[in-house]
Amino acid sequence: MDREMYLVLENGEVFKGKSFGAEAGGADMGEVVFTTGMAGYLETLTDPSYCGQIVVQTFPLIGNYGLIPSDFESRKCYLKAYIVREWCQEPSNFRSEGAIDTFLKEQGVIGLYGLDTRRLTRVLRENGTMNGCIVAEEKEIPGAIERAKAYHVEGLVREATCPRNYVEGSDDAKYRVTILDLGMTDCFKRYLIERGAQVHVVNAYTKAEEILAQHPDGILLSNGPGSSEAEPEIVAEVKKLAESGVPIMGIDLGHLMLASAMGGGIIKLKHGHRGANQPVRYLPTDRVYISSQNHGYAVSMDALPQGAEVTFVNLNDGSCEGLLYKKLPALSVQFRPGNDEGMVDTGFLFDQFMKMMEVDANAAE
Amino acid sequence: MPLNKDLKKVMVIGSGPIVIGQAAEFDYAGTQACRALQEEGLEVVLINSNPATIMTDEAMADHIYIEPLTLETVKRIIEKEKPDSILSTLGGQTGLTLSMQLAKEGFLESHGVRLLGARPDTIDKAEARQMFKDTMLSIGEPCIPSKVVNDLESALAFADEIGYPVIIRPAFTLGGTGGGIANDVEEMKEIASNGLRMSPITQILVEKCISGWKEIEFEVIRDAKGNSITVCSMENVDPVGVHTGDSIVLAPAVTLANKEYQMLRTAAINIVQSLGVEGGCNVQFALHPESMEYAVIEVNPRVSRSSALASKATGYPIAKVATKIAIGYTLDEIKNAVTGTTYACFEPTIDYAVVKLPKWPFDKFVYAKRTLGTQMKATGEVMAIGTSFEQALMKAVRGAEISLDTLNMPRLKDKTDEEIFERVHECNDERLFVIFEALKRGMSVEKIHEITMIDEWFLNKLLHLVRFEEQMQKETLTQELYHEAKVLGYPDKAIERISGQKIPQHEHAVFKMVDTCAAEFAAQTPYFYSTYDEENEAEEFIEAKNDTKPTIIVFGSGPIRIGQGIEFDYASVHCVWSLKKAGYQVAIVNNNPETVSTDFDTADRLYFEPLTPEDVMNIIRVEKPYGVVVAFGGQTAIKLTKFLDEAGVRILGTQADSIDMAEDRERFDELLEDLKIKRPQGHTVFTLEEALGAAHDLGYPVLMRPSYVLGGQNMIIAHSDDDIREYMEIILSHNIENPVLIDKYFMGIEIEVDAICDGEDILIPGIMEHIERAGIHSGDSIAVYPAWNLSESLSQKIINHSKKLAVALKTKGLVNIQYVIYDNEVYVIEVNPRSSRTIPYISKVAGVPMVDLATRCMLGEKLKDMGYGTGLYRRPQYMCVKVPVFSFEKLIDVDVQLGPEMKSTGEVLGIGRTLDEALYKGLVAAGYKMKKDGGIFITVRDRDKNEIAEIAEKYAEMGFKIYATSGTAEILREAGMTVIEVPKIHENPEYNSMTLVESGDINYIISSSAKGRLPQKDSVKIRRKAVEHSIPCLTSLDTANALADSLMSKYSQENTELVELNDMKH
Repeated sequence: MDREMYLVLENGEVFKGKSFGAEAGGADMGEVVFTTGMAGYLETLTDPSYCGQIVVQTFPLIGNYGLIPSDFESRKCYLKAYIVREWCQEPSNFRSEGAIDTFLKEQGVIGLYGLDTRRLTRVLRENGTMNGCIVAEEKEIPGAIERAKAYHVEGLVREATCPRNYVEGSDDAKYRVTILDLGMTDCFKRYLIERGAQVHVVNAYTKAEEILAQHPDGILLSNGPGSSEAEPEIVAEVKKLAESGVPIMGIDLGHLMLASAMGGGIIKLKHGHRGANQPVRYLPTDRVYISSQNHGYAVSMDALPQGAEVTFVNLNDGSCEGLLYKKLPALSVQFRPGNDEGMVDTGFLFDQFMKMMEVDANAAE
Repeated sequence: MPLNKDLKKVMVIGSGPIVIGQAAEFDYAGTQACRALQEEGLEVVLINSNPATIMTDEAMADHIYIEPLTLETVKRIIEKEKPDSILSTLGGQTGLTLSMQLAKEGFLESHGVRLLGARPDTIDKAEARQMFKDTMLSIGEPCIPSKVVNDLESALAFADEIGYPVIIRPAFTLGGTGGGIANDVEEMKEIASNGLRMSPITQILVEKCISGWKEIEFEVIRDAKGNSITVCSMENVDPVGVHTGDSIVLAPAVTLANKEYQMLRTAAINIVQSLGVEGGCNVQFALHPESMEYAVIEVNPRVSRSSALASKATGYPIAKVATKIAIGYTLDEIKNAVTGTTYACFEPTIDYAVVKLPKWPFDKFVYAKRTLGTQMKATGEVMAIGTSFEQALMKAVRGAEISLDTLNMPRLKDKTDEEIFERVHECNDERLFVIFEALKRGMSVEKIHEITMIDEWFLNKLLHLVRFEEQMQKETLTQELYHEAKVLGYPDKAIERISGQKIPQHEHAVFKMVDTCAAEFAAQTPYFYSTYDEENEAEEFIEAKNDTKPTIIVFGSGPIRIGQGIEFDYASVHCVWSLKKAGYQVAIVNNNPETVSTDFDTADRLYFEPLTPEDVMNIIRVEKPYGVVVAFGGQTAIKLTKFLDEAGVRILGTQADSIDMAEDRERFDELLEDLKIKRPQGHTVFTLEEALGAAHDLGYPVLMRPSYVLGGQNMIIAHSDDDIREYMEIILSHNIENPVLIDKYFMGIEIEVDAICDGEDILIPGIMEHIERAGIHSGDSIAVYPAWNLSESLSQKIINHSKKLAVALKTKGLVNIQYVIYDNEVYVIEVNPRSSRTIPYISKVAGVPMVDLATRCMLGEKLKDMGYGTGLYRRPQYMCVKVPVFSFEKLIDVDVQLGPEMKSTGEVLGIGRTLDEALYKGLVAAGYKMKKDGGIFITVRDRDKNEIAEIAEKYAEMGFKIYATSGTAEILREAGMTVIEVPKIHENPEYNSMTLVESGDINYIISSSAKGRLPQKDSVKIRRKAVEHSIPCLTSLDTANALADSLMSKYSQENTELVELNDMKH
């Protein structure tokens, strides 16, 4: 029988579950968020945007197709803890290399299962995102509440970004795109390479001068954890990148970074968008696309960045989901455009980005 | 785009009678469609030949036609009603095909009617084999490679090209005879040559064999702007090879990694975009279990059985949204009815598992071939929701009403290991249970996977249950272990039985909400399922609503099966509406995803749960109802009566004691004695010896049946000791708790009465008379309303009897009474103090809202205050003929001879000024082509021989060529007819009754035999052959006679009156 463990929320709610994955270490604290995706737990586990967070899966059966390292979105698991109702001990898929339990153990990530995840989700929905703490003993609960209240998250991007710069894609590629890795999911690299780019992935704290010195054809500001407001240092560099005139595409945190750099305001959403079924309306064509998202902040509709017009809005809560900068060759979206998490529909944004580079290149000639 | 302003009057085509493959789901879809249209202020014209539907209710459309769904009739209605548009995609294949024909003939265009929902080219691209392939090819979506070839060389070459194994399907051989699967060149040579030889045109289809691949379905919705979403993915537990309607299905798909999932989702959306569907669409894929290779199996550009399932599984109202799209709206303009704040343009996400389990008719058709394959055989299905696969599966099994509450099938216990392991190879309705047994006996998951190709994920879940049961047997049943059992879906009774221990403290279930969004948004959907967890959302919901109105729970009717069809959903839904009107909060419990009752906005609260004692008590505990209703949910709900009564739950309407009195032979006999009402003499028996004794005492023929059944399950007429032996064996093989009844059998006129009783008075909206004499189940008889040749005195006697019986049984609500008239004497056959199959159509044609009145009687109102009077209701101006519809072509080896056991799956209604007209329309609606020439083949049993001449004469007079077997021929010749005598099958292999039926010279067959059922019998073979060739086969002389009369009448599809239901009553 697996050991009992408790998730303690800062509002005092306690959830009893059982342990899997790594053993509790004592300082297991993080922002508790839920994700509604039914498939895609591997992508969730390896999504750097979840850095430092305790993630709850609303779908109760997790781990069904086991562990498929080639589907990982980054090289490791950034989660603080992983909460599921039931994890699959006998996964089934021809590509599976094991069960998720093994992976969590390897990665030192705590797992908690067998709790009423729907109740937990509803608590998070009603109260907004909260801090939580995982403890193994009932007697630790009172202390845990206090610790959760006091907890303040920081340094997420530093943890999620790549430690060393690297290059992927052919040297003969038509374009050279620098990716400012704020905690990137790997699929974006792939989309660019597929579209004829060589990608240069650089650490989030790389100076703008250093990036521009390499004369990239375009710059991708990647997704990542948290808010741009937590990283003023990066925002300042992004501002320089934007002013350089190099075509820029921002995604998720990258979208927030660019907006902050251009004077936009950032708000924290009461209910973050996490899941694969978020409808966004593309204003230029009035079409609605289903998008995959993972963020808790948004650009304020009341304080848009300079020269930016809204291109996408969330159909459910009307929040800003995308911007086009009129005076810059720059576009950005809050959601995750592309294919892998179910947005066959919005892959065209990468085409737009490539087009910007093409225009830019033609202009230079 | 908002509503298209050009639309004012929309025609909706329903799907007609319930047949296997097209069931109640289209009533759910059609009803949602009609409501959605009316919401928009559009005038709705509805045509559907099925009178048992909710969609044909007066409030559902402005103009309702219960008319035959034939091209001619639909055209005439269009000419009369002049709709500006027609909705093609909500009425199943029937509605779609009719719309297509109308469009292709140019009829729609010439009459200024727009086709909504799907354009003809969309439908063509989806349904015409070659166009479909070309379309898929053009967008790079793979189909199953296949090729039509005419010689062995080409067959071999093509097989080489696509790789083995391949399936060979000979052209124009029925039931796929001569085909097969070839695994290599040698096998190919043999099977292909054989197939080519068997095919009358020397042609075979060679197709890549993908059986064993995963079968995955997506429900997609697209609007005119191109916005597309997938509502739900579904994974079939049974891999490709078993029809999806016969597969156990899990939603969402679980064994697909996100990559595979997204690959198929993307493909589904691309396909729907390329077809240009505007509305709902179902896409089926086969996915190779060990690679990323996939193929598109099928696309249905319309609302379907799967979309009903997806709709109930997620809470997303697909039919409603598809309708709104058809009339111009886009997805982002339609509100999500569940949350009320978000839009329909999103993909539902669920936080539970949904299992669908088919309901097969093999308990009724004991000689039917149970093998499952590409031809669907299930009549209905149950759906179950749980927080795990195990829990949902267990709920589905116990809700399917197959006498099981776990996966342990008692019948398999006595089999040897070898037998069980061997049976794992058989793909039939019992496979799930055989696999469970095999796992118990130690067969490995790998081995079972190898044999069945069922994904190991599912098999491991079954193994988990096996292991858990072992644990329960070995360990002390602690509170914790008990909790685990509850979470896995075990009812208390099963836990005690398996563990051999008393349960510790009973744990109550809690209820979770189905909200389309996994709790991401606050939802107000009153749609719940049970599980064992911390938080009870139903309780919270009820508290938050703080409604002081008392609550009543209505129990629904479970899966559609033979004998218990959509009629009971009609009654349940009407009861809910009446109770709401009367000022109550109403909760409904049902587990059939195809129904209107399981739409979350039908009642105040919906519990999607099995209808078993423990499950309903969980609901009662939370709802704390003032009372519950069991009278409208067929046998499913009635079965709960005794338990509920004993549990002290208030049952509204007729009490448990009365129900028992009507069912318990001795008590019923006493009652009849007191009332001085006659019934055929009978006995109650438990054993074969007693049965034989009773039969000898009464004298043959006798009618045998188990008590407490609907639809005449296992009911037969025995003519000899052999019959008794054969049938007692079948009956005793089922677990019988109740005795078997044996009655003297009278072959008289059968009369049926549906009435409403308030305990004092009775209102009889009508007396029905069957065309066929007693001996054929009332559900399979052609019934005429009002009775057409009942004398005044007999009629009066029936009214008096009915009142006496209903009042004596203290009936409050509906009562159905069946009589037989023999030698001018009225005998009671049975009394059912509950809703019956005939309620919907009698309500509609008589204009008496029977369920509403009955519900009000239950609540204490008196009939005399309701404005419909008492006694026999006024005679309608029209005659109505209900004609049964069968699904014999789907059920191999089932004898089509009618008897006391019900065989029909659905019904249609013919309405006319005269009996002739109504009968003609009824027969046409039931699918009779009404050919007035050609050959008729007659072969009847001795008992029928003295009546056959008179009937044959009528056919001869019309110019039919008469064929007959020797005995029958002799009789007919004696009567002066010219007859062509046909040898029996064994008499002449070249020319015999079978070759005659195959020859195409025969348009009708009259066939009856003393004993049927056994597939090996000649008579059964002939009748089966008739089914294969779609030749109407009449097994009752009364039906044959009625058909002759109808053929001789002056009616045609051009001259019958089109009866508008809403006008009819005025």
